[in-house]
Amino acid sequence: MARMKFLCDADRCIECNACVTACKNEHEVPWGINRRRVVTINDGKPGERSISMACMHCTDAPCAAVCPVNCFYTTADAIVLHDKDLCIGCGYCFYACPFGAPQYPKVGNFGGRGKMDKCTYCAGGPQADNTGVEYIQYGSNRIAEGKLPLCAEMCSTKALLAGDGEIIAAIYMERVTKRGYGSGAWGWRTAYKEVLPV
Amino acid sequence: MIRALLMAALLIATPALAQQAPTAQAPAPIPFNDRGQLSAAELELQAALKGERISGRVSIPDAAAANLIQPEGRDWRAFHNRTLTWIGGIALVGMLCVLGGFFFYRGRIRIDSGPSGHTLERFTLLERANHWMVASSFIVLGLTGLNLTFGRFLLLPIVGPEAFTAISQIGKYAHNYLAFPFTLGIVLMFILWVKDNIPERADIDWVKKAGGLFGHEHPGAGRFNAGQKTVFWLTVLGGGLVAASGYVLIFPFAMTDIAGQQLAYIIHGVLALLMFAAMLAHIYIGSVGMEGAFDAMGSGQVDLNWAREHHDRWVDEQVTKAKAHMAPPGAKAAGAD
Repeated sequence: MARMKFLCDADRCIECNACVTACKNEHEVPWGINRRRVVTINDGKPGERSISMACMHCTDAPCAAVCPVNCFYTTADAIVLHDKDLCIGCGYCFYACPFGAPQYPKVGNFGGRGKMDKCTYCAGGPQADNTGVEYIQYGSNRIAEGKLPLCAEMCSTKALLAGDGEIIAAIYMERVTKRGYGSGAWGWRTAYKEVLPV
Repeated sequence: MIRALLMAALLIATPALAQQAPTAQAPAPIPFNDRGQLSAAELELQAALKGERISGRVSIPDAAAANLIQPEGRDWRAFHNRTLTWIGGIALVGMLCVLGGFFFYRGRIRIDSGPSGHTLERFTLLERANHWMVASSFIVLGLTGLNLTFGRFLLLPIVGPEAFTAISQIGKYAHNYLAFPFTLGIVLMFILWVKDNIPERADIDWVKKAGGLFGHEHPGAGRFNAGQKTVFWLTVLGGGLVAASGYVLIFPFAMTDIAGQQLAYIIHGVLALLMFAAMLAHIYIGSVGMEGAFDAMGSGQVDLNWAREHHDRWVDEQVTKAKAHMAPPGAKAAGAD
C-alpha cells in the first residue's frame, strides 16, 4: 500500500487560499473550522513564505497517543482518522498536535466544545464509504473513489502535493535539483521523522 | 617498447576520459530575497531543536491558527503519556502499599483507655456538611480524572469502546460541574478551620513522635494535630491550585494561549494525583485505621477518652469553656431552701 503524505513547497505557494476554500466546500466544513489553513511567515519581509497546513497524518501521531478514549486509527494508506462517535471533545489532541490540526465546532468549555474535527485526507471516517452519515460527520470520501485530496488536486501552482510519499518526494526532488536550491518541505521532519533526499 | 605502447594507449584514452567527466553545472544563484534568511527546512529544524513555535499571519479570523508548528506539543505528549502516568502510578500504588503494610503492622488503632460512653461535639453540622460536600465532589472529580489518564489502559479493554466513551463523557460533565461545589467547599473549609490550623511549637513534638502511629504514646495536640494540619493545608493550597488550573482548562483559551493550557494541565495533573494519594491516607485513618475517628465527621460526637488521647488540649479548652457556662459549685437554685 501507498504511504499517503502531504507536501507544501513553500517556494511555490502564493497564498491564494484556494486549498482552504476547496476543502471547506468539498466537505461542508462548519463555520469556525478550517481543516486547512495558509500561514504566511515573515509577512512583508524578505524571505516571506506561505505554507498551507493541515493534518500531516503523522507516522507516530501525537493525537492518537494522547487520546484518552483511543478514538484514532491509521488506515492502510497511513491516513490518520478518528471516530467522532467515540470522541469526547476533551481537547488533548489539540494540546499534543504540533500542527494545530484538531479543531472543535463550538467555542465552549472543556465539556461543551463538541466532537473534534480535522482533515481526513479526503478519506472520510469509520462509517461505510460515501454514505450520507459519513458525509455529515466527516465530509466526502474521495480516497474511496480513487481520487486524491481536493486541496492538492486543485492547487494552481502545484505547491501543495498529496499522494504516495515516494512519488511526491521524487517530484519535489526534481524541482529542487532544477532550481539548484532547496526550500522547505514544511512539516516533513516533524510529521514523518525523515528528511527529504535532496 | 612497452613505454611507447602505454603512451599511445593513454593518448587514445584521454579524450574518452574527458568526455566522461561530468560538466559541473553551476548552481543557480540564491534568489535575492533569500539572502541572509534561513531556509524553511532549517527554520523548522532549529525551532524544533529550541522548542520554539513557528507562527505567522493568517487571513482567517482564528488568530490561534497562525501557529504553524508548536513543537511543545511533543513535550506535553511525553508528560501526559509517560511522566504523569508514572507519577500517578507510583503515588497511588505506593500509598496503597504503605497503608496496607501499616494496617498489617498496627491493625486498627484502638482507644487505649476504652470508650468512656460520654461524648462531646467535635464538628458542627455546618462543618460536617461542608466536609462531605468537598469529600464527595473530590472523590468523583478524582475518579473521573483518573479515568482520563488511566482509563484507556485499565477500563477500556474491559468495557469496550462505546461504553467507555459513554462513561468518559458523563465523567467529563461531572468533572466540570463538580468543580464548583468543590471550590466553594474549599473556601468555606478555609474560613471555618484556619484558626485551628496555624502551625505551632507543639506540632514539632508531634512530628518527632510520628503522631504516636508506631506505639501507644499520645503526643499532645489542640483541636488539630500536625497530621491534620498537613491535610488541611494540602487541601486548601493544593485544592486551590488544582481548582485554579482546572478553571483555566475548563474555559480553553479564555485566559491563556496553548502554552498556558499545556502548563495548566501539567499543574492540574500532578497536584491532583498527589492530592488523591494523600487523601487515601486521610480516608484510611478516618475510617478503618482508627477506632472512634469516624464519629467526628459522622455524628459529630466523639468519645471523651478518644478526644483525651488524641486532642488533649482541645478537650481541656472545651471543658474550660463549658465550665464558664455552668453555675459555680455550691450555687443554689433560686427559691431553694
